[in-house]
Amino acid sequence: MHIMEGYLPPIHALAWTVAAAPFVVAGVRRIGRIVEDHPETKLLLATSGAFAFVLSALKIPSVTGSCSHPTGVGLGAVLFGPNVMAVLGSIVLLFQALLLAHGGITTLGANAFSMAIVGPWVAWSVWRMTSGFGRSVGVFLAAALGNLATYCVTSVQLALAFPDPATGFGGALVKFLSIFAVTQVPLAIVEGILTVVVVNLLAQYSRDELSALAFLRGAK
Amino acid sequence: MMGRNGILLLIAAAIVVLPLIVKGNAEFSGSDGQAQGVIDEAGYQPWFEPLWEPPSGEIESLLFSLQAALGAGLLGYYVGLRRGRSEVLGEKRDRQQGEVHAGD
Repeated sequence: MHIMEGYLPPIHALAWTVAAAPFVVAGVRRIGRIVEDHPETKLLLATSGAFAFVLSALKIPSVTGSCSHPTGVGLGAVLFGPNVMAVLGSIVLLFQALLLAHGGITTLGANAFSMAIVGPWVAWSVWRMTSGFGRSVGVFLAAALGNLATYCVTSVQLALAFPDPATGFGGALVKFLSIFAVTQVPLAIVEGILTVVVVNLLAQYSRDELSALAFLRGAK
Repeated sequence: MMGRNGILLLIAAAIVVLPLIVKGNAEFSGSDGQAQGVIDEAGYQPWFEPLWEPPSGEIESLLFSLQAALGAGLLGYYVGLRRGRSEVLGEKRDRQQGEVHAGD
């Protein structure tokens, strides 16, 4: 889902940055409030960021014969709400843009919009909507669908910037989705499973923090 | 609980390994790079270059490993800390219950 440095025309790069900025600002405020109201969850917050750090570093082979990577933002989204991950996800993307030449400064807004905003919002919404299904099913679907949504947004972003000369936006969207979407399905499943494993550990050892976050009140 | 997580991790590992077996001859290039290639083919010239690039594949993998190691390190520290704490609390509770029964 990383759009490489300089690979979005300036006007697109600017527009996505403007679109992403309010979410990051809201996330900074939300983190401030969490740290103030529930200081005991600070380490869990850092751990949610760490999870995104690990998962987005892992290039995983897929049945299409390509590699791609999970995003790891679903965990923090279901625990702390989506805006928190706008901040933590952007930090991950910034690290990769500056030190790995993976993604970029000019495309940071667009990449943050897909991985740090839409992914977490989809994950959080799915988590909310699956409250009748039991914790593991809800967490799995949230993380997996958040991951897929991120890559769909990247495809839309690229199709908007590079419409096909003959078939326009629709043709380009199909082209980019064919690169990202199928490759991503097994990875989304892996991300869902790993997120469930971490939530299982939290449910066993971190009940205090989870109840402070009202996490256990939702799907059981 | 450990058994359940163990099975989940095995399934995840199987999903990761399976493509390497069934698609043994594939290139396994990155999808991000493939999208970049499609854009290059259309004749697009990127208007901005990365400020710094890892000078070699080795340095790049070093930095990716560092990213994963930092994340995994914190994750492991957190789970270990919480597990240790809940065990200590559990022992304390057992001991208190034991003392209550001893006084019966």
